[in-house]
Parts: sequence; C-alpha cells; structure tokens
Amino acid sequence: MEDIAEKGLQVVVGLAVFAAVIGLIMVLVDRAPKSGREKVQIAGFLAPALVLLAVGLVFPALQTSYLSLTDRNGEFVGLDNFVWMFTQPEALVTLRNTVIWVVLVPLLATSIGLAYAVFIDRAWGEKALKALVFMPMAISFVGAGVIWRFVYAYKGPEQDQIGLLNQILVWFGREPKQFLLDAPENTLFLIAVMIWIQTGFAMVVLSAAIKGIPTEIVEAARLDGAGPWQQFLNVTIPTIRGSLIVVVTTITIGTLKVFDIVRTMTAGQYETSVVANEMYTQAFRAGEPGRGAALALILFLMVLPVVVYNARLLRKQKEIR
Amino acid sequence: MSTVPLENEKSLLPSAGASTPPGRPALQKRVRQRLTSRTATAAAVVIAVIWTIPTFGLLVSSFRPEDNIKGNGWWNVLTDRQFTIENYVDVLSPGGSQSPNLLSYFVNSLAIVIPGTIFTLVLGAMAAYMFAWGRFKGRDNLFIVVFALQIVPLQMALIPLLQLFTQVLKVGDFQLLPSGTYAQLWVAHTIFGLPLAIFLLHNFISEIPGEVIEAARVDGAGHSTIFWRIIIPLATPALASFGIFQFLWLWNDLLVALVFSGGGADVAPITQRLAELQGSRGGEWQRLTAGAFVSIIIPLAVFFGLQRYFVRGLLAGGLKG
Repeated sequence: MEDIAEKGLQVVVGLAVFAAVIGLIMVLVDRAPKSGREKVQIAGFLAPALVLLAVGLVFPALQTSYLSLTDRNGEFVGLDNFVWMFTQPEALVTLRNTVIWVVLVPLLATSIGLAYAVFIDRAWGEKALKALVFMPMAISFVGAGVIWRFVYAYKGPEQDQIGLLNQILVWFGREPKQFLLDAPENTLFLIAVMIWIQTGFAMVVLSAAIKGIPTEIVEAARLDGAGPWQQFLNVTIPTIRGSLIVVVTTITIGTLKVFDIVRTMTAGQYETSVVANEMYTQAFRAGEPGRGAALALILFLMVLPVVVYNARLLRKQKEIR
Repeated sequence: MSTVPLENEKSLLPSAGASTPPGRPALQKRVRQRLTSRTATAAAVVIAVIWTIPTFGLLVSSFRPEDNIKGNGWWNVLTDRQFTIENYVDVLSPGGSQSPNLLSYFVNSLAIVIPGTIFTLVLGAMAAYMFAWGRFKGRDNLFIVVFALQIVPLQMALIPLLQLFTQVLKVGDFQLLPSGTYAQLWVAHTIFGLPLAIFLLHNFISEIPGEVIEAARVDGAGHSTIFWRIIIPLATPALASFGIFQFLWLWNDLLVALVFSGGGADVAPITQRLAELQGSRGGEWQRLTAGAFVSIIIPLAVFFGLQRYFVRGLLAGGLKG
C-alpha cells in the first residue's frame, strides 16, 4: 500500500509539473506584447512538441546513423558493421528470417482477414464474430507470447500433453514436437502469432471498405449473372483495392519492426532472430552499439519505401475525394 | 454428402440450361447461393474458433490448480472440474524477490501509461492546432517534416536517447529525468507518440469550421482561449480515438520499457515482468497463465468498452507505423 501511495505521488507530481509548464506557456503567450503576440503564441504552442521531436527523435536518429560506422569502443570503422551483417552466418539468418516474416505475415493476415470479412458480411451475429477475431489486436505481444507458448507447450511422448497443438498431434498418432526449438520451421510458428494478431486489423478495415461498396455496382453484377466468386474477383477486390494496399503496407511496417514476439518466445535463439530483435540484443545485451545502430539503420531503410508508397497513396486518395 | 453433387452441377449449368423447365434455374440459383453462404459460414466459424481457442485455453488454465495445469491439458476440465483463484492470489501478492509481485508492476503500468497518454495528447493537440490554424511562413513544409518523422523506427532513437537522459540532461549530479522514476518513460513515450498524434489530430482539427474560430477571434479571444474553449471540446472524438490507441500502445509496449525502466519493481511495467517470468520460469504455467491474464485484462476492458472509438481510430489510420 505504501508502495502504491508513493507511486501515485510520483504520478501526481509528474502531472502537476506538466500542467504547470503548459499553464506557464499559456499565461506567457497571452501576456506577450501586442505587436508580436501572434508570433509568440504560435511559437509557444509549437515549441514543446518540436523541441521534443528534435531532441528525442531527429538528433538521435542522426547520431545512430553515425554510430553505425563505429565499433564497440566508439572508433570509426567505416562500413565494417554492415559487412558483418551481410557476411556472418548468424547475421544472415536474421536477415533471412526478416524476409520470411515480411512476406508471410502481410500476405496471410490480409487474405484470412479479407476472407473472414466477406464470409461474415451481413451474417447473423456479425458484430460478435468480428470482436472474436479482432480481440487479439488489444492483447500485447508479450501476452500473445504466453498464450501461444502455452499452445505450443511440449511434454515428452510418455507424458500427458499440456499444449493443445501437441495434443492434436498425439490424437493423430504422431510424436509430440518441440515447435519453438526446431529450426527452420520454428520461425513459422512465431509468424503464426503475428498473423493471429494482425488478421483482426485487416478484417476490420476491409470489412468497412466492403460495406462502402455502392449497392448499385453489386446489383448490376448480380443482374449480369455473376456468381459469388465472380462478384468477389471482379467487383469486391477492385473496389476495395485502396484499402487493401493500406492494410498490406501497414502490416508490412509492423512486421518489419516486430520485436516483442521473438524476444519473449525464443529471445532470438534457435535461429529465430529478426532485425528488430537483433538490434536490441547487439546494442543493449552484447555491448555492440555500432552493430545495433547498423541494424536499426537497415530497419529504417527497409521501412522507408513502404511508408513513402503508403503516404503517396493516401495523398492520391485525398485528391480524388 | 448432398453438397458435392450440387456443387458439381454448377459447372454443368450452361449446357443443361436449355432443356430445363422454366422454374428450375431460379430455384437452383437460390439453393446454390444458400449453400455457398453455408460453406462461408462454416469457414467463418472455423476461423473464429481458431482465433479464440488460444485465449480461451489460457483463461481456463489460469483458474486450474498448479498440479492440474502442469499435469494435463486444459481441455480436461470437461471431466475434471477443479477451479481455484490461488494462481491469481499468488501472482498478485507481494512476496520475496522470487514472487511475481504483479500488483506492483500493474500499478507501474498505469503510472506510466496515464501520464504518457495525457502528455502526448495535450502537446500533440497544441501543435496540431497551430499547424491547422496558425498563420506563419513554412507551416506546411514543417508539417510535412513532422509527418515524415513517423518513418523513423523508434529503434533508431533508443541508444542516443538513453545516453541523453543519463549523461547529458543533468545539473551537477542531479539528473533532470532521474533514473529509477517514471520520468524517462513518460518523455520517451511522448516523443515517440507525437508524430502520429500531430498528424491525426491535425486532420481532425483542420476540419473544424473556420467561422467558429473566426467568431471567437473577433470577440478578442487569443489562441490559448480558442484552444482550450473551442478546439479541445470539438476535437474530443479524435482525442478519444487516438487516446485509446496511445493508451493500448503504451500499455502493451515492451521495447521502450526494457531500455528505460531499469527493470525493478518500482518502475518496470507488467509486460516487462511477464517477459521476465517467461524467460526465467518458463515452466511455471500456473503463474504465467494468471499473470498473462492480469496483463491483458485492462486492454481487453478498454477494447470491449470502447470498441466503437477503437475502430474509428483504426479507420482513420490510427495504427502505429
């Protein structure tokens, strides 16, 4: 209890300091001399956010770029860290895994989400059915890690299984399997967790897009004798193309940055590491900030084209509207 | 059995159509549509079950006695109905250093997330307001720069930001953002949340009718009055949507916590503790299942309670890239 009171006090002090700073800014900008008041007010409103972004994001990002060219003692080594990344077997495995993740997760999560959205469209109990698949979105990756490690749990063949998946194997007369230990397929079992989380996102966005398809188009297609499958291919898909691309790119970005799932389920061992996890391991565990920074930079370079594409698409859509 | 021949008939229809009596095609079409929708419903149910079972298994297990959890699968509750809340008592109550002591970490999560969300919302809204309604040179270019900062993965900023907090921001021996308190986490989360907050809130605030703001200005109101009396109340839906996202995102975060919290029971959030428990006591399923459920109960409550806002935020592009 004492502990909680102390923490509560810390929060209250934090909020009070924040309120005081904001209040001070408001008072100061209101009292500014009339001639330059507009400028002072604008600066006062923008400054806190811009200073934080400059100091906390822009400057560190630049510093990280430089850091990627140094070794563990902070000495300049040129491109050594990148050479390491593209030649050492363990680093190459990391890159390979990231590619597998980034291909499979967006593809499968979007497909399953789309199929589900179509299946339950205007079905009885649609809302509840949606909530079930959407729910994992609210669960932390760490929580999802526990949930799925429990599904994958392994016991020797002579014991009762406690993991559902191994029990299913046993029911079918197979030997139980160490899902998270056996490379290379263990990466696929980690990927399943991410798909489980992201499908709900794809489903909700695509479902909203499907509901936005004008009924006239659907009716016209139906009158022309298009079956459900043809309607889906020739009407639904082209009409929701924009939303599909947004979903795929958003999931792609999320997947590139995936860290928690790998960290908590295998910690990147057994050849399951990905770039975002390796970055943390190198920088904060192995004492190799240079390598960590290089990995962060690679991550940035991988995310960059996807985000640019996404932003352009969004802008185009806005222009059309 | 009966579905198979009917499905096959579909492909025969065009050639057979000529000889069929007038009433039949319509009937067949109806039957076929019902059948496909039945297959679709079945597929949807299968997906819904697969998506729900893992969480359900976790929930059931968390109420089973330790020996049962470790001895056999949770589906055995069908025959062996023993339930207990012992696991929850165990993970929540403070004990020695070996005990999960989750209540303490749960409080930490709240203490990190609530100010972290408020700070981001207020600073984001202030900046968004000026980007939408302030008149100054270079406004649009500056806004694009802020928007573009979303591209920078937070991995890029971690190493230098930690150095900044611990080595640069201090007066004598006193750290401005002391380690071992929540302050570093609040600031880090605020920085990482700002680009998206500014972007989304700007989209909403810029759509507020200009006459409202003009009218207030004619009455002699300054920016701070307009901001607090007009913008904030009118932007509540957008603030709520983004606020929920930021809340969930901070609650579920692991990476920022790992870097800035130090890991002790006085600061670290529940996700970090749960991740630790997975690593050190991976076989203690009675603790992991109950602990995982404690950690996801708040996000689930937020999710089910505020699903409408959540979905709205999602459709507005409110997903952390």
